[in-house]
Order: sequence, then C-alpha cells, then structure tokens
Amino acid sequence: MQTSPAAVAENHAHDNPALLHHFATEAQQKDAASLGMWLFLAQEVMFFGGMFCAYLVYRYKYFGDFGSASQQLNMWLGAVNTVVLICSSLTVVLAVRAAQLGKRMALVFWLVLTIFLGLVFLGIKADEYAEKFEKHHVPGARFSYHELLPGQEGKPAAEQQYANPRHAEMYFSLYFAMTGMHALHMIIGVGIFAYLAIMAYKGRYTPEYYTPVENSGLYWHFVDIVWIYLFPLLYLIDRHR
Amino acid sequence: MFQHVPFWPDSASTLSPYVDGLYIFLLLVSFAMTGLIFTMVGLFAVKFRKRPGVKAEQIEGSTLLELTWSIIPFGVMMIFFVWGALIYFKERTPPQNTAEVYVVAKQWMWKIEHMEGQREINELHVPVGRDVKLIMTSQDVIHSFYMPAFRIKQDVLPGRYTMEWFHATKPGTYHLFCAEYCGTQHSGMIGSIVVMQDRDYMAWMSGGGNQPLAVTGQKLFAELGCITCHRSDTQGRGPNLVGVFGKPVLLEDGRTVTADENYVRESILEPGAKIVKGFKPVMPTFQGQVTDEQLNALVAYVKSLNQSQSGQGVNATGMATATPQP
Amino acid sequence: MATAAVVETGERENYLNATYGLKSWLLTVDHKRIALLYLISITFFFFIGGFFALLIRLELLTPAGDLVQSDVYNKLFTMHGQVMIFFFLIPAVPAVLGNFLIPIMIGAKDLAFPKINLLSWYLYIIGGTLMIYTILAGGVDTGWTFYTPLSTEFLDTNVISAALAVFVAGFSSILTGLNFIVTIHRMRAPGMTWNRLPLFVWSHYATSIIQVLGTPVVAIAIVLVALERLLHLGIFNPALGGDPLLFQHLFWFYSHPAVYIMILPGMGIISEVVCCFSRKRIFGYKAMALALLGIAVIGFLVWAHHMFVAGISLYAALVFSLLTYFVGVPSAIKVFNWTATMYKGSITYQTPMLYAFAFIGLFTIGGLTGLFLASLGIDVHVTDTYFVVAHFHYVMVGGMVVAYLAGMHFWWPKISGRMYPEGWGKLAALLVFVGFNLTFFPQFILGYMGMPRRYHAYPPEFQVLNVLSTAGATVLAVGYLLPMVYFLWSMRYGPLAPANPWGAAGLEWQTSSPPPTFNFEDQPVVTWEAYNYDEIPDPEEDPGAN
Repeated sequence: MQTSPAAVAENHAHDNPALLHHFATEAQQKDAASLGMWLFLAQEVMFFGGMFCAYLVYRYKYFGDFGSASQQLNMWLGAVNTVVLICSSLTVVLAVRAAQLGKRMALVFWLVLTIFLGLVFLGIKADEYAEKFEKHHVPGARFSYHELLPGQEGKPAAEQQYANPRHAEMYFSLYFAMTGMHALHMIIGVGIFAYLAIMAYKGRYTPEYYTPVENSGLYWHFVDIVWIYLFPLLYLIDRHR
Repeated sequence: MFQHVPFWPDSASTLSPYVDGLYIFLLLVSFAMTGLIFTMVGLFAVKFRKRPGVKAEQIEGSTLLELTWSIIPFGVMMIFFVWGALIYFKERTPPQNTAEVYVVAKQWMWKIEHMEGQREINELHVPVGRDVKLIMTSQDVIHSFYMPAFRIKQDVLPGRYTMEWFHATKPGTYHLFCAEYCGTQHSGMIGSIVVMQDRDYMAWMSGGGNQPLAVTGQKLFAELGCITCHRSDTQGRGPNLVGVFGKPVLLEDGRTVTADENYVRESILEPGAKIVKGFKPVMPTFQGQVTDEQLNALVAYVKSLNQSQSGQGVNATGMATATPQP
Repeated sequence: MATAAVVETGERENYLNATYGLKSWLLTVDHKRIALLYLISITFFFFIGGFFALLIRLELLTPAGDLVQSDVYNKLFTMHGQVMIFFFLIPAVPAVLGNFLIPIMIGAKDLAFPKINLLSWYLYIIGGTLMIYTILAGGVDTGWTFYTPLSTEFLDTNVISAALAVFVAGFSSILTGLNFIVTIHRMRAPGMTWNRLPLFVWSHYATSIIQVLGTPVVAIAIVLVALERLLHLGIFNPALGGDPLLFQHLFWFYSHPAVYIMILPGMGIISEVVCCFSRKRIFGYKAMALALLGIAVIGFLVWAHHMFVAGISLYAALVFSLLTYFVGVPSAIKVFNWTATMYKGSITYQTPMLYAFAFIGLFTIGGLTGLFLASLGIDVHVTDTYFVVAHFHYVMVGGMVVAYLAGMHFWWPKISGRMYPEGWGKLAALLVFVGFNLTFFPQFILGYMGMPRRYHAYPPEFQVLNVLSTAGATVLAVGYLLPMVYFLWSMRYGPLAPANPWGAAGLEWQTSSPPPTFNFEDQPVVTWEAYNYDEIPDPEEDPGAN
C-alpha cells in the first residue's frame, strides 16, 4: 500500500471541493491552468499574426494608398478606445487583487466595470463601422473611394494625386478583418466576465481559489495588447503628412 | 543517351543532361543508403533474434557514432544542395539575346504568340539549337507551363509575368502539360512542343503573313493614344520610351527600379504605382481596356524601341536588367 | 486505497465497464474513453478517404477519363486529401494513442484538462460533420491546398463549408496539443523526470508545440479565403490588387509543419516498439529526444520548399532549399538509432515489430526522396508530378499509417484487454507492405517521366505504371480491412490479455489490461530509468512476473 508523500498530500487536498480529482495539489492545478492559458495566448498571437503579416505586405506594397485610407478613420475615437481598453486592463488587475484579498463585492464591482468599459469600446467601434458604411468604405459591391494621397492637399488641383481605390479597398478589407476579429474576441471576453461576475457574486472565488479570474484577466490583457498594435498600424500611419 | 529508355523521359534540351546527372547521383546514393539500412535491419533481425539463454546487451549510445552519422549525411546533403542550386541558377538565368515567345494561359488552353506574329493554341514551335524565352501570364487562375523533356516548369500567374527559358537540342514533338491544378479541365490543358530544324522552322514561320508582335504593339500604341504623351522628343507629358527597356528608372519617391516586362505592364495598368521623377501623375489607367494579348504586344513594342540602342542584359531572375549606357 | 471492485462476471472493474450507457460515453471526461471515441471517428473517416482513393485508382487504370467526369474526379482527389490529412492523419496517433497513453505513461490520473479534451473531440465531430455535409452537398474541388484565386473566384462548389470544416478541426488539434503540453509539464508522477520520459511522450511534446503554434496560421488563412469568397474581398486576388502567393505562404507556413505533426508521434511509437521487441534500451536516448525537438523547430523554417516554381525569388529558393536539408539530419539520426538499437538485441517478430521494420525501410525511402525534392534543380522538374505524390505517400502512409498500425497492435491488449490473433496480424502486415510498395513505387517513375498530379486523364505511355499502382492499391485495401475485422473479433473472442503481455517497459504496462478508470490503484513513484529492459524479464521466460 502506497504512502508516498504525494498520496498523503492528495488525501488532505481532496477535502477542498474546488480541487479537481486528477490533480494532486491545488498548486499543481493552478500552475496547470496558468500554463494552459499562456499556451492558448501563444496560439492567439499566431492567429492574429497571419493577418498582421498580410497587413505588412500590403502596407509596403501600397504605401501611399494605405496612408490615405488610414486617414479616413477617426483617430480621436480610436484614441478614446485605446484609453478605454487600457483602463479596462486596470480594472481587471484590480479585480484580481480584490479576489486575492477576499473582497467579494469589490471583485464584483471591478468585473462589472470591466464589462462596462468593454461595452463602451464595442459601442464606439459600432459607431465607427456605421460611419464606414455610410461613406461606402465597406469592401464589396457598394465600395467607392475618391480621396487624395497623404500630403497632396497643398498642391494645386490639377496636380493633386488621388489614391487608388482598389488599394484603399484592400486596406479596408484588412481593417474590417483585423478589428472584426479583435471585436469578436472582446465580445467573448465580455461574456466570460459576465459569467465570472455572477460566480463572484455567489462567492465562488476566494483567496485560495481565484484562478478563473486571473486567467481570464490574462486573456483580457492579451486582447488589449492586440488593440495596442492595431491602433497605430491602422489609425496613425502617415499622419505627419 | 536516354532518348529511348523505357520509363525515362525524353531528353531534348541542354538542361536535361544536367538534371538527369544529378538525379542519377541522387538515385545511386539513395539506393546505397536504402540498401544499407535494409541490409542492417535484416541482418540484425536475423543475427540478433531471440535465442535461449542469450540476453540483449544494453548499450546507452555513442556520441562518436551520432556525430559521424550526422556529419557525413550532412556533407552529402550539401553536395545535393550545391549541385541542385547550380542547375537552378542556370535555369533561372536566361542568356542574352534569346528569342522571345509570349504565352497567355487561360482555363483551359495555352495561347502562344511569337514575336514574328505567329499565334498558336496548345502548340509551341521552336527552332532547334536556339535559346528561347517564354514570357508568360495567366488570364484567370494559376497554371504551370511544364515541358518534361526539357526538365523545366514555371507557374504562370495572373497579374504578372513569369519567365522560363530553354535551348532545345533535338527535333521532335514533346509533351506540354499544365502542372498547377486549375479546375475542371486541368488534365486537358496539354499540348506539344514542336522542335524543328532551322529550315523547317523558317518555312513554318513564313507561312501566313503575320504581323510582328511589336508592330501590333506600335499600332495599339497609336490607337490607345499613348503616343500623344510618350513622344520621342522631350516635349511629351510622359517619358520618352526609346531606350528605356531594361535600364534603371529613377522614381519620384527616390527609388530606382529596372524597366522590365512587369514594370511596363504595371505602368499601363496602374500608372500611379511608380511615377518617374520629373513627371506628373497624370497617366490614366488602362485596366479593363486592354487584354493580356494586347499588353504583350505593347510590351514587345516598348522593347523594340531599344533596337537602335545597345542590347539589354538579363539578371539572375531572368528579367531584363540595366546595362551601362554606351 | 481503493480495492478492485469485482463485477458479476468475475471481470475486474476497468474504464470500459465502470459505467454503462450512451451518456456515460458521450459526456465522459476519462481520457481513455475519449481516445476510443476518437478511434471510432478517425477509423470512419479513414475508410471514407480510402474509398475516395480507390475510386481515384480505378479511374487511373485507363488513360482516358472514363469512369467519372472531370469535375467528380477533381472532387475525389480534393476530398481524399482533406479527409485523410485533417480527419485522419493529424488526429490519429495523438488523439487515440496519445490521449490514451500519455497520462498513464507519466503516472497521472488524467490529462490536465479533461473537459477540454472532450471539447476537442466534439470540435472534431463538428468539423467532421461539416466535412460530411460538404461531401453530400456535392463536394469541393479546390485541391486540399485551396490555392487562390481558383478557390476564391473560379469555383462554385462547397468551398466555404470545406474551409469551415478544416477550421473547426484545426481548433480540435490546437486544444489537444495544449492539453498535452500542460500535462507533460505539470502532471508527471514523482520520480518521472524529463530524462525518464518514454520517447512516445517526447514525440507528443514536440508534436504539440507544432499543433499549438502552427495551426492558427492556416486557420486565419482559410478564414480569409472564406471571407474573400463571401464578400469578394481582394486579399488574394490579383484582379483586385491582391497576391495569390500571400495565401500560399500563409497556407504552407502551417502545412509543412503539419507533416511533422503527422510523423513525429509515429516515430515515438516506433521507438517504443523497437525497444520492446529487441529487449533493449533505445540507442542514444538524448539524441533521439533532441532530434524530435529539432525536427519540430526546423520544420517551421522550410515551408517555401513547396513554392520553388511558384514565382518566389531565386534567393528565397536557395535559403529554403538549404534549410530543408537541415531538417533531414535529425530524421536520419533517428533511422540510424533505431537500427543500432537492434544491434545485440534479442529480437522477436510479433506484428508490432514487423510494422516497425516496415516503417524503418519505408520512412528511409520516403525521407531520401525528400532530399530529391529539396534539391532545386530536380524539384523544378518533379514538383507537381507523381514524384511528389509518391514521396508524401511513402512518409505518410509507409511511415505514419504503418506506425499507427504498429502502435494499435502493440497497445491493443492494454486498450481492450484482449489479444488480437497474431497470425492474422502478421498476414495483414505483409499485405500492407507489399500492397503499399506496389501502389506507390511506380509513382516515382511516373513522376520523373513527367506525369503531372491531379490529372484525370493521361497520355497512354503512363498506363502500365498506373495499372501496377492500382493493383497495389487493392492489395493495400485488403491489408487495411483485415485489422478492422480481427480487432473487432478480438473484443469478443480474443484471449484475455495480462497486464504486460509483451514484457515491455513503461508505466502503462504496470497497470491492468484494461486499466481502471483512474489508471492506477496507487500513485506510482518512479525510481528507474526509461527502457529498463535489463530489469524486466522476457514474457515467456517468467509468466508469473507479469
């Protein structure tokens, strides 16, 4: 009959209902969950990476046209969204802290605030999409584009050079693909936090067990970082001209 | 030597013996290695079969052996690499002054036009003993122009030109296959390469009063109005195109590019992409107004404007490149 | 600790009979049951893919395209490729044998994330359903490679559903890989250090890295293809300013490492089998583990060797050709080490070992022909011909499927608690070996002669070799059907298997056949090295020891 240290630890640890049967200790379970989330984020990097790759190729190839199309986006709304997301990462960190300290209502508060900020982001994004729709900048049959290349404003009308509409459409294809994929990840994130908020309200998370909060936080930080790359690449190119 | 060996393709170009040589070397090494492994495994399986009272000997390993059978195979592989790379260099570097043939691929046929104006469908007549370069594009999807007897193929892409060249050594008729899956009739997109003696080729060429491709291009150049801006003096709103082909071009944004076939094609379809320094971006696009065949004629015409200049060179990618001004 | 419950029939309680009912299987979180769910599903898809292959070979008996129409033929080879690659080869070893064995081999009770394991299976099933839908709705004819602009602009078949099927199956693969990595890192029993891990586990670790990092790239590539088709975007369409080569780069960035996802687990199996039936420790354990990792890493750097004639620059071609040779070295090391393991061994010829012999020979040939393809001068002539088809079938079928069969026979007693009939096993192995070579060796010759791939009809001079190939395919088909039949037969009529019928090393052989639900009666503590065959008695000599 085995009485290995692991077996003994196992017996005691299984008094904790949050500990799953196949783990020997809570520390092992927490470690595993953490490593799992990091691996998941690594594959998310590769997933978005493909689109960033496509963007880089065409930005290089259609340099001026991408600059022109980029300037059609509302830089200020984008900046507000960036601040909103960074704040939401802060609220997530505060939520994790609240969980660590066992402050149930503070945890719920910060989770709800995170959801709220996420929804603000999505609302602003929806507004931006609507504007693109009105201006016929959505790729497809109704696309139309007649704008100058960056830096052409000062020239006399006869000499002004316009952007190539097909290349601008390429920009918008990538814009919608990348921000759309990002928004989808945010919607999923908001859903996850809604679930967490309900569980937190019910007292599910304690200083001994708040792994879901922590790992969901990691996911949210990742979504935030993707935006921090998207914002300058999509909104800020050629703004100096 | 390998012309009539069963289960071996015809060998009809200057490149074929080189490719065959490397292939045979690879075959020999592979047979040797396969023989070695099969023999060792067979030998060990029998010699070290389980026998009563004889136990297996636990051997941890041998760093020396690991290094040996890493380094030696690696060395052999490097031979494969270098030899293959040298052949590849040869394949992708057309000589100067090749005969040129334009190929337009479409689902599911090959449309071929010689510089002298002859048009063919699914057949390519070439003279033996001459360098021939194919300048190819596709009207729709990706195809691939494959001539097994010459040991070469090259994917043919929509929207740009790709090249391949060969030097046929033996008269005869050889397979032409499309080698990139292109839809329903992919396996029907086949034809023949007909290599002829010079005399027979001249006879074939002179039949049927065709207009040289460059002359077709010259007529188009006038019809489409190109000539109004691209004048042969310095007064035009567009650059003078005489002597331009194959030379470096300085652009408005500071880059220097070579005026090769793809450059000329792009200039017609997307004039705004590269503006020559000192000129204004006023050229309209001809996207949708010229067919691929007409583009080929225009490219051929622009090339012909170099006739009075010194000949163009080609770089390693098979595209025209700069030569110093005389 | 828990005592073995004795059920009425006198049979011990194990994972198979612990609970009954459809729900207990479809909602299981037991990695062993999930492995069996996968076994049934991938076998189903194997026979679908195989059926398409038979039709292809039948058509190719004659030069004319007279059995089926061109459109149908194009669908046959497309779906043969998609089904075999995404629904058989990629999941087969990891999701069946890996799922079943990895926790047991490392002394754990289950994978790190059992529910995610079940989710993986359901994602596979959803992807598979989408694939079945695609087939029933008229098929898809893009080629398994989905090249643009053909797939985005020029076909009106079920491209989007096929793309979605592959996408969903891809996520099944990602989650499996993620599960394995965390399990191997965090769930090893006390004393099971990295240096004591069986190579089967190492091979799955390397495979999982590729699954996690590579699959998302093809996922986004096919999402973009689907979007492009739906919304007429121009990302890959030259007519709209896009670049078809961009798709090819994104596609092959995954699809080349994917072939290592397929072969590495097979290599892991072969290491286990060769050691057991030579009664010897593997020759060069460290080199073998490093070779697995080396193949996984370098495998990410060679993708454009599929694009040498696609229109990439000469310099890019040189770089990728050179790197492709680098990946050949660790593969060669493995073949030499398996051979050396047999030296001074005590070899027996049970079915798993026969498959291992076949693997070593056939993988050698397949790998060597890869060197042909890596050589630029040769590749220009033989790419897109039957030479490539022969090469990849040698490594994937002669390599991977043979290894899978070796593994299924080796661990069948553990999985089912029964022995398969050894005589039939040997016969099937022989049929597979002969049938396989007859099917695919002529295709090397066809390729060098110039017969392009994906051809429905061909010039008459290619017929003799095609007929040989089809003859081989029928023999091969029988070789595959036999195990189906006798494995099923053995579940009812096969003799009961002891815990360690082969006298093999490894924790999985120290628990009962089949194992109990939680794998071990007591938590194992490992104090011995891997492949400790010096300590393990041979099976016949000491029956009581097992």
